[in-house]
Amino acid sequence: MKRIAGVAIGVLALCAIVLADNALLINGAGATFPYPIYSKWFDVYHTKNPNFQFNYQSVGSGAGIKQVTEGTVDFGASDGPMNDDQLKAYQDKHSFGILHFPTVLGADVPTYNIPGVNVALNFTPEALAGIFLGKVTKWNDPAIAGPNKGVNLPAADIVVVHRSDGSGTTYIWTDYLSKVSDEWKGKVNKGTSVNWPVGLGGKGNEGVTGLVKQTPNAIGYVELIYAVQNNIPYGTVKNSSGSFVKADLASVTAAAAGVAKEMPEDFRVSITNAPGKTAYPISSFTWLLIPQKFQDASKRDAIKGFLSWMLSDGQNSVETLSYAKLPKEVVEKEKKAINNIQ
Amino acid sequence: MSGSRSFLAKLRNGDEIVRLITLIFAATVVLITAALVWELWANSALPRQKFGLNFFVTSVWDPIMDQFGALPFIYGTMVTSAVALVIAVPLGIGAAIFLAELAPPRVSDTLQFFIDLLAAVPSVIYGLLGVFIVVPLMRTVIYPALNKPFGYLPIFKGPSYGVGFMTAGIVLAIMVIPYIISVSREVLLSVPRDQREAALALGSTRWESTWKVVVPFAKTGIMGSIFLALARALGETMAVTMVIGNTPKIAASLFAPGYSIAAVIANEFTEATGDLYLQSLIALGLVLFLLTFILNGLARLLIVVTTQKGSEAGG
Amino acid sequence: MMDGRLRWRKFVSNFMLAMTGVCAIVSVLVLFFILGYLLFNGGTSINWDFFTKLPKPVGETGGGMSNAIVGSGKILLMASIIGVPIGFLGGIYLAEFSGKGVASVVRYAADLLNGVPSIVIGIFAYSLVVLPFKHFSAYAGAFALGIMMIPITLRSTEEFLKSVPRMLREGAMALGASRWKTIATVIVPAAYRGIMTAILLALARVAGETAPLLFTAFGNRFESHGWSQPTATLPVMIYTYAVSPYDDWHRQAWAAGLVLLGLVLIINILARTILSRGIAVPRS
Repeated sequence: MKRIAGVAIGVLALCAIVLADNALLINGAGATFPYPIYSKWFDVYHTKNPNFQFNYQSVGSGAGIKQVTEGTVDFGASDGPMNDDQLKAYQDKHSFGILHFPTVLGADVPTYNIPGVNVALNFTPEALAGIFLGKVTKWNDPAIAGPNKGVNLPAADIVVVHRSDGSGTTYIWTDYLSKVSDEWKGKVNKGTSVNWPVGLGGKGNEGVTGLVKQTPNAIGYVELIYAVQNNIPYGTVKNSSGSFVKADLASVTAAAAGVAKEMPEDFRVSITNAPGKTAYPISSFTWLLIPQKFQDASKRDAIKGFLSWMLSDGQNSVETLSYAKLPKEVVEKEKKAINNIQ
Repeated sequence: MSGSRSFLAKLRNGDEIVRLITLIFAATVVLITAALVWELWANSALPRQKFGLNFFVTSVWDPIMDQFGALPFIYGTMVTSAVALVIAVPLGIGAAIFLAELAPPRVSDTLQFFIDLLAAVPSVIYGLLGVFIVVPLMRTVIYPALNKPFGYLPIFKGPSYGVGFMTAGIVLAIMVIPYIISVSREVLLSVPRDQREAALALGSTRWESTWKVVVPFAKTGIMGSIFLALARALGETMAVTMVIGNTPKIAASLFAPGYSIAAVIANEFTEATGDLYLQSLIALGLVLFLLTFILNGLARLLIVVTTQKGSEAGG
Repeated sequence: MMDGRLRWRKFVSNFMLAMTGVCAIVSVLVLFFILGYLLFNGGTSINWDFFTKLPKPVGETGGGMSNAIVGSGKILLMASIIGVPIGFLGGIYLAEFSGKGVASVVRYAADLLNGVPSIVIGIFAYSLVVLPFKHFSAYAGAFALGIMMIPITLRSTEEFLKSVPRMLREGAMALGASRWKTIATVIVPAAYRGIMTAILLALARVAGETAPLLFTAFGNRFESHGWSQPTATLPVMIYTYAVSPYDDWHRQAWAAGLVLLGLVLIINILARTILSRGIAVPRS
């Protein structure tokens, strides 16, 4: 018995050593919003460059910001850009800064599970704010029924689903609600983790989608691809020009059109409730958070290599997963910014 | 001089070396435990300074405003554990009585074997079953059964989400039953025979002798098993976070979603930016630790007292 | 009159005792239900791919959990290397060398450690191992699980060593063996079965732990090499896949659940059979 145990230990130990091949492992963590495209990218990139393994863990933007600040991962990802306090905290801790690199454009959509309703409902900003504030409690409330004449909405209680973890998707959603509802701004405000008035918490975009899918009469906010991949209906939202717009490549791209030319140097910008007749009002960039300095030169070069690839080849595959490409001007600016990584 | 020489001489003696080595390892255990407690205490200083005892009675958990109150999590932990006990204690004690008093020894041992295996099932598997079986069951069967006739009671009011306090309580109940059964069974078995026989000789039925004589005799030990089960329920993380709804709110209805201490730590620990946020979570961990520590200590005391009583009275 | 009362009491007695039987059957049935459900859902999902392939990108079907299976194995191995020696040697100290005062302090510390909720152990391991070294790693996870193995190993080693009859001890010493030789060659082998059982039970207990791994081993899309990289593990994969909306991931979660439960139950059954085959020497 002891001999068997000894041999087993020996074999396992050998495996651990022998299997340690030369691939460089780069660890990242953060947003679930772009996880489908990131996991595809890293998979494709690894096939093209077997020497690099990008291990991305989808744990939420909040955790992404925290762990990259702690230094336990090599890069982070978030759809809520780091605020000034967080940037300062990073600077204080590391004595160099951290850079934001936009990767794709995506959209938060209101997705729901109402038995018998398979159409795309029209949501006004007031309706959405009311639902998530807990003031609009039934599906057949006039605020919802008004723009949806002809749809048979039940008199059922709305089950609100939000994120239980720190989330950039939440940041985008609450950023939008703060812009369109003073009550929301005063009561809840915007952030990656807020004090929700009502609702259940799901972990990650995955968890929210899962809860909405399984819970009748539920409504949640998720990135577009999660609703599409799981075949759950999602609604249109009334934009600042008054049109009800559905989230898709065109409407999301239109939302970014305004800022493309005036993108700030650090790439932190909000495009919710953007002007434009065809713009989808709850769109956003999502960013990779890359430290400005790397001790390990091979890691630095690997990341820079990936970023260049992402800005050229990578952009060609985003549309298949319903993300919109970055505007040309932004891509050009980013290519220059890569040189800031030392 | 002569002292150190004899120390070196002792060292050459194999016994002393072995004694020292094993002492070091034993001391490591104490060191690790002390380090754990110290880390918990030291790393939760900020909320202690900022909120003081208010931490335990505030129900706002707002990371943006840096307001942290532990009440919703303490409440959720308590309520789910209470539901778990309400279900598990009658079932568990009933089963223990059967195993200790009625079943022939082989049947008793075999059944106990299976129950011990139940205790070994990992928590995440209970969570898996909770999500795919208990949650739909709650929505389709249990909620209508309780809400239609009793919906006027505060604990059964309101809509059902599938997830919530009661769902978590049911899953916890399944997890803690084995602890109640195995400890109660042992405690009941240690009740001396003459207690039973005296009751039967006086003309009581089997049930009466069990319920009115044996069980009261073992009462403190059974209490101990309940405390053990409670301690397990309090610390349970994965199964709870998968079915409780993750909502830091206090609600009277058992069908409402809630949160527990262990669940919020699991969800928010890796993303708590800001020292106050992180330390508030660690403070919650400290609270949980203290609760389970007290309960485990009491449980042990009660069980020891009962089994000693049994051996003394047996003579 | 009396007859009627007696009949009622007898009825109550039979009824209540039958109810206790029902309680026992229900409790045991839960186990079989869990097993059956897992076998059904997991069995249909287990295939060769599950054991040999890496996970696929989000939304794509197929792939497996080969990295998580290996990862769990590595972490459990290292956890045993950390936890078992401390528990075993510490137990020897308590049983053979220590005075009453020291013994009760060590025992108390072990009992305290045993009662710590696993999520709190995760916090401890994060502060102690992940932060200073600045990365999530297999050894951080192993540290957390290893600590959890210590109390069971320690207490059981002490108990089983103490239960070895004095005759054996005194016999060996009468033959001129030194203290430590007696321990190594007579007492420990005599208590071997019990100690082995305890180690296996401790292993089974930590094999299913998820919470401490969330902040220590974290997760890895690929196989982790060596010990200092984030590592995928079975329990964490089950959790991640179960709360997701993808049906294919649910399928894989069931399969993983079956594998994990199977592993834990096999270790448990093995441990208990070893113990029930009898201690090497009858207790006095």
